[in-house]
Amino acid sequence: MGTNISIEEKFQAYVDAENKVEPKDWMPEKYRKTLVRQISQHAHSEVIGMQPEANWITRAPSLRAKLILLAKVQDEAGHGLYLYSAAETLGTSRDQMIADLQSGKAKYSSIFNYPTPSWADMGTIGWLVDGAAIQNQVMLTRTSYGPYARAMVKICKEESFHQRQGYEIIMKLAQGTPEQKKMAQESLNRWWWPSLMMFGPSDDNSPNSEQSMRWKIKRKSNDTLRQEFVNKTVPQAHYLGLTIPDSDLKWNEKRGSYDFGEINWDEFYNVIQGNGPCNKERIAHHVKAHEEGAWVREAALAYAEKEDKRRQNTTPAA
Amino acid sequence: MNKNHWKLYEVFVRSKNGLAHKHAGSLHAADADMAIKNARDVYTRRSEGISIWVVPSDQITASSPDEKEALFAPSDDKVYRHPTFYDIPDDVEHM
Repeated sequence: MGTNISIEEKFQAYVDAENKVEPKDWMPEKYRKTLVRQISQHAHSEVIGMQPEANWITRAPSLRAKLILLAKVQDEAGHGLYLYSAAETLGTSRDQMIADLQSGKAKYSSIFNYPTPSWADMGTIGWLVDGAAIQNQVMLTRTSYGPYARAMVKICKEESFHQRQGYEIIMKLAQGTPEQKKMAQESLNRWWWPSLMMFGPSDDNSPNSEQSMRWKIKRKSNDTLRQEFVNKTVPQAHYLGLTIPDSDLKWNEKRGSYDFGEINWDEFYNVIQGNGPCNKERIAHHVKAHEEGAWVREAALAYAEKEDKRRQNTTPAA
Repeated sequence: MNKNHWKLYEVFVRSKNGLAHKHAGSLHAADADMAIKNARDVYTRRSEGISIWVVPSDQITASSPDEKEALFAPSDDKVYRHPTFYDIPDDVEHM
């Protein structure tokens, strides 16, 4: 026989056959690195994403709305946890990931660098931002790395609540007084384009995508996901009687899809490079919360040590 | 502890890559290596698994049945955590 296939080729054949990769399996170093980057970035997005919404917890318009918002922000913290844990199976410590976030070495979704000046934004975030996240995450439930795929299954189950509660908020406003409808429309105007940017650069400017698709980390291209999101979301806006802020948006019968205008890529890259409206505020808040919580972590460790000693002293000799 | 006493291990088996390890049962062994070998013989005789975890039973901390109410009842009255709590009209698709 004598056909010599490399370990990389074996790995590719394994992934091509729709097999999942688990932590102890051999994997190319670049596959591991790509996953650590992507999963930690995803985790950071969940955690930083708590900030724009937490902004409204104390000012939610009803007790019902407040309970829901609290539950949602709590879920986001949980999603961050599932994802950090999945990334840790690849041999990177959580401390390292947090340090990279705080130093700016690691990124998070650019969407969370936009402010939330109105209650309507709580609706729009659930409807559009979580809607866009779902589009991406449903694909990722079939990613080739087992722990990531399993985390995604848990997250997707919870996202459905997030999107529906958001749509409910925006629906109430859109069907409310003229002022409320105006709030909803203004919020949509502010969040529409940043939501489309969540899918990342266009396919011809996304150098890592091809390899990620080959390894089945991703299964659909950025532009494909973005188009699917637009197709699903435009009718949802029509139902509300809201207008998508894009004069080029129209149904293309031939493609069976909506055509839409060009994204402002300068804005996208500018926000990624740290110059969005809230980048500095988001990281500064994360650092502050982390530092202010240090004594809690230290106290818990000291207590655990003390308990451990106490147990050792009281355990009768065998 | 009796020196001749074999420890109890809990055995977790992954039936195929992509699925989480699932508790299969327990067994006694002199050490972790032997526990893996015994688990292979006891719990994967019919190709039930492709990966095994063994954990000394005394290393597992379990929630107390007496605290069941206090631990789990608080989530019973938070129906708003479920997507079905929200009335979205049938005309609105993909939600």
